Amino acid sequence: MKALRNILDKIKPDFEKGGKFEKFHSTFDAFETFLFVSNHVTKKGAHIKDVIDLKRTMSVVVLAVMPALLFGMWNVGYQHNLSIGNLENTLFSNFFYGLLKVLPIIIVSYVVGLGIEFIFAQARGHEVNEGYLVSGMLIPLIVPIDTPLWMIALAVAFAVIIGKEVFGGTGMNIWNPALIARAFLFFAYPSDMSGDKIWVEGLSNLDKIADGFSGATPLAVMAAEGGNTVTNFSQGIGNWSVMDFLIGNYPGSIGETSFIAIMIGAVILLATRIASWKIMFSVFAGGFGMGLLFNLLAPETNIYMQMPAYYHLIIGGFAFGAVFMATDPVSAAQTSNGKYIYGFLIGVIAVLIRVINPAYPEGMMLSILLMNTFTPLIDFYVVQGNIKKRLKRAKVTA
Amino acid sequence: MSELFSKKNIKLLTDPLNENNPITVQVLGVCSALAVTVKVEPAIVMGISVMVVTAFANLIISLLRNTIPDRIRIIVQLVVVAALVIIVDQILKAFAYDVSKQLSVFVGLIITNCIIMGRLEAFALGNKPWSSFLDGIGNGAGYGIILIIISILREIFGSGTLTLPGLGELRIIPTMFYEFGYKNNGLMILPPMALIVVGLIIWYQRAKNKGLMETK
Repeated sequence: MKALRNILDKIKPDFEKGGKFEKFHSTFDAFETFLFVSNHVTKKGAHIKDVIDLKRTMSVVVLAVMPALLFGMWNVGYQHNLSIGNLENTLFSNFFYGLLKVLPIIIVSYVVGLGIEFIFAQARGHEVNEGYLVSGMLIPLIVPIDTPLWMIALAVAFAVIIGKEVFGGTGMNIWNPALIARAFLFFAYPSDMSGDKIWVEGLSNLDKIADGFSGATPLAVMAAEGGNTVTNFSQGIGNWSVMDFLIGNYPGSIGETSFIAIMIGAVILLATRIASWKIMFSVFAGGFGMGLLFNLLAPETNIYMQMPAYYHLIIGGFAFGAVFMATDPVSAAQTSNGKYIYGFLIGVIAVLIRVINPAYPEGMMLSILLMNTFTPLIDFYVVQGNIKKRLKRAKVTA
Repeated sequence: MSELFSKKNIKLLTDPLNENNPITVQVLGVCSALAVTVKVEPAIVMGISVMVVTAFANLIISLLRNTIPDRIRIIVQLVVVAALVIIVDQILKAFAYDVSKQLSVFVGLIITNCIIMGRLEAFALGNKPWSSFLDGIGNGAGYGIILIIISILREIFGSGTLTLPGLGELRIIPTMFYEFGYKNNGLMILPPMALIVVGLIIWYQRAKNKGLMETK
């Protein structure tokens, strides 16, 4: 550590104003602050001291995603082996198979995303934004494993430039950049983002699929057949039991399947107070409430609407979205009451899209992006309401 | 002759192509720019139609400008524009039926294009016929150029082809690419992407042209 610090200190003057590499100041600054906590001090205005800066905050989020990522890697290998009928596989063989498949996606995501961030920082002469450290990890987790790498690169470029940089960079974006990348892929290449073949590695090129194996996600099963094959929900859906949903060994996007792994991440985020428990809680409450409402209204024939409400929370991208996407501090509501409204509506709309619209088996992405759009409006009315309330109180006492 | 193409008049023609472009600077007529730019051919035809309507509407209103009572000027303008649009629509139906079908209602909707009413109100009512005519040509061309740029980008990346009038559909992205896994971008076909492309053009134009940047 000391040696590293010395090297940095030695080359630092070259990057300062007037130095040889003055042009690359922002690049140098990015590496320096990434390695060491910066020693900037506040010179004017409010003096608020917080021991962690944005880079450290982002690192904690990346740490919180790790359980879902590691599980996702294992699941990629596990599902692949199931599809080819190879049942004699070990924990490690599954994991390493998945690791080799997921790693390229992560590398492409970071290289393209950070590359664009550095170019923009250089061109605009400001420091490199940290926001991409998290987005770059989230993007690989919310895409199907079979997505071609060039599509990932294109989506990342689109998300960083159109989703973030045009608004002014980290902290200015209206929508969650990772979801912008997902939405770009979803609308630009629909055939690679939906269907029954894409969720399991190599399934679309497989000549002979093992008997009884289906690459469809549970939500796709429910949407496609209206759940007609399901006779008893307490047994689960298709080949999967409730336990499978909690653990996460079913087809889906890389990191979204395991409820337990995501909850470990949620605990880390809540314990460090990086994510808002209000948003997380109200997303789950909204989804559960909407599920219950459907259960009440469900006609005999509509089996999807009869699906127990808690299923919605543990299947598909709901939990991942609620924990890592909806709580994004930039695009989420800022006011305290606003957070409840924002989160609740995300849950409601996600379940609504899932059940009512058969074209979109998964509603979480669209619902979060939609509510991101409405965030300023929610905050505006919460603030206005607060002002009105205080004015009223002031008048009564006066 | 030199009087007709004086520096001032030439400026009327060239200004709307860049510094005073109706779409990217004044941000008028955007809706039709999103609707007709999936392929290049309809975009070219639409650009020419709008140019013709703007030019002749400007000319006619400018000729009438001293006789139109101020209170009813909008309705007079509408009658002139509507008549011109119907003529253009009929000509398209007679001589370019396929394109006319692709453009569907958007030819008729030229009447609601803000560029035309904007030029009539802002220019033709206060200027002589010849310069009004040039102004109409210039603004129509400025609109058409942006439409063509958007449609070229959208068609190449959305369909992998270029449809040019008289030449038919040309394949731009070789079929070999598709064998290697390249796919057309479905988002390019959708209207939202057209809006983003307009935004990118505005971005590029303002980065090149410092005079257009807003001061803080």
